[in-house]
Amino acid sequence: MWRYVLRRLLQAIPVFIGTTLLIYAMVFALPGDPIQALAGDKPVPDNVLETLRDRYNLNDPLLVQYAKYMWGLFQGDLGENYTGQSVSEMLSGRWAVTAQLAVTAWVFELVLGILLGIWAGLRRGRFADTLVLSGTTLVIAVPVFVLGYAAQLVFGLHWQIFPTAGTDDGWPMSYLLPGMVLGSLGLSYVARLTRTSLSENLRADYVRTANAKGLSRARVVGRHALRNSLIPVVTYLGVDFGNMMAGAVVTEGIFNLPGIGGQVFESIQLKEGPVVVGAVTLLVLIFLLVNLVVDLLYGVLDPRIRYE
Amino acid sequence: MNAAGLAAVALAASLGLSACGGDDAKASDGTFTVGHSEPDHLMPANTTGSYAFDVITELFDNLMDLTKDGKAVPLAAESVTSDDQKVWTIKVRAGQKFHNGEPVTAQSFADAWNNAAYGPNAMGANDYFSSIKGYADLNPEDENAKPKADKLSGIEVVDQNTLKVTLNDPFSQFPLLLTYPAYAPMPKAGLKDPKAFDDHPIGNGPYMMDGNWERNKQVKLVAFPGYTGTRKAKNKGVTWKSYSSADTAYTDLRAGRIDVLQTIPSAKVPEAKRLLGDRFLARKMSTTDYLGLPLFDKRFANPDLRKAISMAIDRQGVNKAVFNGSYFPADSLIPSIIPGHRANACGELCTYDPAKARQLFDKAGGFSGTLELYFSNAQPTYAQWMRIVANSLRDNLGIKDIQFRQVPASDYFSLLSDRKEKGPYRQNWEADYPSPQNYLENMWGSAGNRMGWKSTEFDDLIAKANKSPDQAQANALYNQAEDVAIREMPMIPLWTWAGEGGRSKRVDNVTITPFSTGLIATEVTVK
Repeated sequence: MWRYVLRRLLQAIPVFIGTTLLIYAMVFALPGDPIQALAGDKPVPDNVLETLRDRYNLNDPLLVQYAKYMWGLFQGDLGENYTGQSVSEMLSGRWAVTAQLAVTAWVFELVLGILLGIWAGLRRGRFADTLVLSGTTLVIAVPVFVLGYAAQLVFGLHWQIFPTAGTDDGWPMSYLLPGMVLGSLGLSYVARLTRTSLSENLRADYVRTANAKGLSRARVVGRHALRNSLIPVVTYLGVDFGNMMAGAVVTEGIFNLPGIGGQVFESIQLKEGPVVVGAVTLLVLIFLLVNLVVDLLYGVLDPRIRYE
Repeated sequence: MNAAGLAAVALAASLGLSACGGDDAKASDGTFTVGHSEPDHLMPANTTGSYAFDVITELFDNLMDLTKDGKAVPLAAESVTSDDQKVWTIKVRAGQKFHNGEPVTAQSFADAWNNAAYGPNAMGANDYFSSIKGYADLNPEDENAKPKADKLSGIEVVDQNTLKVTLNDPFSQFPLLLTYPAYAPMPKAGLKDPKAFDDHPIGNGPYMMDGNWERNKQVKLVAFPGYTGTRKAKNKGVTWKSYSSADTAYTDLRAGRIDVLQTIPSAKVPEAKRLLGDRFLARKMSTTDYLGLPLFDKRFANPDLRKAISMAIDRQGVNKAVFNGSYFPADSLIPSIIPGHRANACGELCTYDPAKARQLFDKAGGFSGTLELYFSNAQPTYAQWMRIVANSLRDNLGIKDIQFRQVPASDYFSLLSDRKEKGPYRQNWEADYPSPQNYLENMWGSAGNRMGWKSTEFDDLIAKANKSPDQAQANALYNQAEDVAIREMPMIPLWTWAGEGGRSKRVDNVTITPFSTGLIATEVTVK
């Protein structure tokens, strides 16, 4: 198994180089002059523009810029954005916010999603099943920003259960509402996957055998059917971590959380290559890591799966 | 409500959370909160952004201050005088201190200005020092040359409280320029470590920093106990909270989580008017939209064609359709809040008259080829009003072939500076300081205008006004120059923006000026 882990980690290196180069090239290819864009319509003398372009290597060709960036990266320097702020400082402040948001959303979709899925799966075709199916269809159909603003108005402004926006109230208060909005889409998929997978497995031969042996209902469902049913769910939860980062752009904007999502969005608009690459690279690394963990979890859920 | 909604209620109930409204959460500690956008820098000379100015004007006392009607009055200065409008003598009021205890002297200003004007420092407001003698030595034409000097030769510290400033040319508006945030003084500590200064500016104003700038979150200011100036704060402090979405900031104003919001998103304005009542704060602004014409393209060379375009646009109609009727159709090149504005200076040329427009258009020989309209995607309203303008030109002038060129905001100004546009383009201008000169010379002057328009008559009148010792006389000369520009119409004035803000029940005496001073935070009273 450790050889498998090592091999997966080594595979991450070309992925890492490939993504950074790709992202760098894409930001580079965006139209517009980032330095001029910073100034807006107010006059900036040519020599000031030139000094800034030099400072941020904007006069170099793409590959030279990229090489300089990577060289800095190897020395642990993520560079600066165009207003002279250190990228590592910018990101470190924002990581905590996004991590808290993502974990809140993830726990929400994991716990509630699986519970709803079990509830519906055990009562296939009955009221609970219909309720979960139609409820989750609704959530999937409604765009995240509609859900976000609606939740903010109802729970934040009218009922005042949660703060409307910002991080002033800290974790968990400030993160519950945005976390639930962000996790609601994943929750729907997790519930549906669990439900379908579980109700399929409940009809499988080995469940019939377990029942015939006279095992208790809880043991049959919990130890036998559910464990097998969770493999597609766990796969989804891993992939969904990536989706969540995309959803965070919208959610963080609505709830005014200064996280990575908003930063990436802003930096793309400002053509701030180093910031975008820095943030996205970290996202890619986390994504790779989460999926490695997911793959390893298969073995725990189904001992027949081996790693070579 | 859907599953997520039900779940939210269940979760909240199970955790036993109580409702916490904004108003009760903040026991009155005499401070208040303003919602705004994240500033780019807090070092005064490194920014030209209005969100940064909001904070900077509270932290720093410039030599001159603006009154609510846009006149310059001494603040950190005792007097600013000149006999020839070229050499200015500035007396700095004695006894002022920076927030760290360092005395504010003539040297504090000289240091800050030299630092701002020195090219290699690449300060955002560098250009605002170009009228001071010696600027060229600090900013060589050749971009790669090393500057000959690092101090402006036009600045001389005579004694501890006297500064002598020599300009390149006579400039009667210099006291107004001194109100611009970039002209703030700097203590020695700031020059030594500019980066730390950006995070924690040390000013001489009525408020000082309470901790560092928490980026993307807030800037907290508290009243400075050692303040000796005229703007003493009537509250204990102000926190500027950053919002990435204007809609969210407005929701927080409604929830009582912030006390002042200077800009309510235009789609929410009708609702805000109803909900906020007398807490809805409307004001005129200095930002004005124009339609620039590329005179370097021969098709736009005839002034009659340009006038025809101006008269074919229904400014009031656009105002009603796009801006809920709250904007101010332009009747001159200069917005009405600027001293020196004349009502109806533009006359019939800014009045909607399709018949007359068609006449002028035919007289000019019509228009050939595709008419391309340029605007950026910075605001959704740009596309809305451009469409109405295009329809007007099609219906009233018979220009059939009209195309839109919507350009990414980051690309827009480079496109204009490179003169790559092939048709009329959206242009706007926000006053740096309330003088007609700031509009006219920057946007129509031969040295820098985008249209490729040349008029020695215009330039001479501006130079004469810049020399005039008497402000009324100067304004009269600026107005003459304005008439020249209107006669030729290289750039068509459209409308001036309106600002719509609001306040919570906790605060009173909220005044937002249309100038760079923005919200007058010191006068706000907290219940």
